[in-house]
Amino acid sequence: MTIHKKIASRAILALAAATALGAATAQAAPIKACLITKTDSNPYFVTMRTGALAEARKLGVDLKTYAGKYDGDNQSQVSAIETCIADGAKGILITPSDTKAIVPTVEKARKAGLLVIALDTALDPTSAADMTFATDNFEAGKLIGEWAKAKLGAKAKDAKIAMLDLSISHPTVDIDRDHGFLAGFGVPIKDPNTFDVPDPQIVGHAETGGSEEGGQKGMETLLARNPNINLVYAINEPAAFGAYQALKSVGKTKDVTIVAIDGSCSGVAGVKAGIIGADSQQYPLKMASLGIAAIVKFAKDGTKPAASAGKDFYNTGTQLITAHPVPGVPSITPAQGAKLCWGK
Amino acid sequence: MSTISPGPQGFEAAIKPAGTDQVAEFVHRKSALERMQHILHETPWLAPLLVLIASLIGFGIAVGARFFSAYALTLILQQVTITGIVGVAQSLVILTAGIDLSVGAIMVFSSVLMGQCTFVYGLPAPISILCGFAFGAAVGYLNGTLVARMKLPPFIVTLGMWQIVLAANYLYSNNQTIGATQIELKAPLLQYLGNTFVIGANAAGNGGATFTYGVILMLALVLLFAYVLRHTAWGRHVYAVGDDPDAAALAGVQVKRMLIGVYTLSGLVCAVAGWALIGRIGAISPNSGQFENINSITAVVIGGISLFGGRGSILGMIFGAMIVGVFTLGLNMYGTDPQWTYLLIGALIIVAVGVDQWIRKAAV
Repeated sequence: MTIHKKIASRAILALAAATALGAATAQAAPIKACLITKTDSNPYFVTMRTGALAEARKLGVDLKTYAGKYDGDNQSQVSAIETCIADGAKGILITPSDTKAIVPTVEKARKAGLLVIALDTALDPTSAADMTFATDNFEAGKLIGEWAKAKLGAKAKDAKIAMLDLSISHPTVDIDRDHGFLAGFGVPIKDPNTFDVPDPQIVGHAETGGSEEGGQKGMETLLARNPNINLVYAINEPAAFGAYQALKSVGKTKDVTIVAIDGSCSGVAGVKAGIIGADSQQYPLKMASLGIAAIVKFAKDGTKPAASAGKDFYNTGTQLITAHPVPGVPSITPAQGAKLCWGK
Repeated sequence: MSTISPGPQGFEAAIKPAGTDQVAEFVHRKSALERMQHILHETPWLAPLLVLIASLIGFGIAVGARFFSAYALTLILQQVTITGIVGVAQSLVILTAGIDLSVGAIMVFSSVLMGQCTFVYGLPAPISILCGFAFGAAVGYLNGTLVARMKLPPFIVTLGMWQIVLAANYLYSNNQTIGATQIELKAPLLQYLGNTFVIGANAAGNGGATFTYGVILMLALVLLFAYVLRHTAWGRHVYAVGDDPDAAALAGVQVKRMLIGVYTLSGLVCAVAGWALIGRIGAISPNSGQFENINSITAVVIGGISLFGGRGSILGMIFGAMIVGVFTLGLNMYGTDPQWTYLLIGALIIVAVGVDQWIRKAAV
């Protein structure tokens, strides 16, 4: 029994000490904020975290970062949000792994008075977060579609297109980029709610998981279906590089144009090297720093960020990078893109 | 003692240094350390409890009052609910000297099945939940039959079953999440275990000790199995089978039937965890729980249950799960890179097994 008493008294002592500490720091307490990314490994999220931490240091925000163990890890993100609430954070920046399943937990946080901003990926429904800071993925897709159409010129009508998409669950980013590209290229989209767009020009869709390996496998499969493919849409740069590998092994790199979305430094280098014809660049650093600034503003006077005109999210912008500019589609050079690129 | 096979790596030999085969000794004075070793050996849940208390105090000092709030402390319980319930299933299997890698997959598939039954086949929610339970028990039965009747190693059987069930889960659900509002409108019973009762919230309805029904269910399951394992014939047979199946068979225990029973029960408990999972996250997501097998094994090992079977307490498992919960929440609130959590828990696992080996020497 004495052992128990000792433990109890120690716990009380610790509690008292902790309370005292808490009281002492309460006066000059910095604004607390959380950044929750899908994973810790993807350079896109690493960039986002670096950007957020830098902005937080500048504005004197105490920023804590969390990540899931794998892409799609909803449970870890649920725990992370709960921890932020318990920690007394003023706001949360989150790139949701499961846009639908995270919603009830986000609601809990908003009810507890936190500002929740979705970065990069909107929640389902978008209105579940206070605001979304993201790339206009449809616009990003449209830019590379328009470029491809102008580049192919008269041949565009007989183009054979390979669509290298993300995953079987088709998250909104997958649909928006895919349909944006098709709209830009001039393939009619009859039903924007169905992923598959039936069109004789499309050889097929492949799910790449956004990886090089997936891109390579997907390209090989589609080439087996139709060896005359001359235009490849890739959801991101790793998928594009994978497709290039597949084309290289059958000696077809010269006849095929690859377009992609992302704008990482390795992707921009790929544009410069001629592997990727055109690339829509997005700006994760901007999403992160804008997010931190929005939380600070909310903590100070309660104002919430507003959406871009005509959208239900704040557009952080996108620019087309290509070494072969075409008339009618604004673009920047690979050298300019390299200055704005993220990751390594 | 000579019947114990040392095994290729000599796990068993480690507890018996060479040349200590004393026949009998009547005068034996015990040092304080030996007495402690003896106490820890007699009560296997004591060591994890002490670590739990120490880590609570440690993080309380490091993080401050926010960590020691009723809200944060009960939050730990909420965050370990799933691992705790799955840990019950894992403990049962590991006590028989087996291992179950398919627990998380069974859990997720059960929850997905509950959703599909309700929203695709239009069954009433209670029937859907029973469907999920039946599925869990059936997969468990299959695991048990393969282990007991076909004599396949549990590791291999459940490694295969893990992949099979997880792949079936994605194929069957088409990787579609069922949203929370939809469940709330049509089948709130599926979210039942997510309901909470709060003690001592502030005027705005925030803070306070918050318990979900899932937490209560987890604690009830742990206490139930702690009693069953210790005080019923069936429970003693679980230990006997894990300790030495040949001796158990000679003593009249139906070893095969016991094993099949344990795996079936384990599958059923996983399905219950699947129900709790819907309550916990509010939605039904086929992406959840992929690491729950590892999490539950971690809880079991840190909780001092021997991976060689036949020794340990389910109470230790729940303390093990809570230790992981305290470390995760504590380190997160302290504000470290999340990878430090995994690193420290990895170290904790190895220390726990090291301590377990030392405690086992008290038996000699």
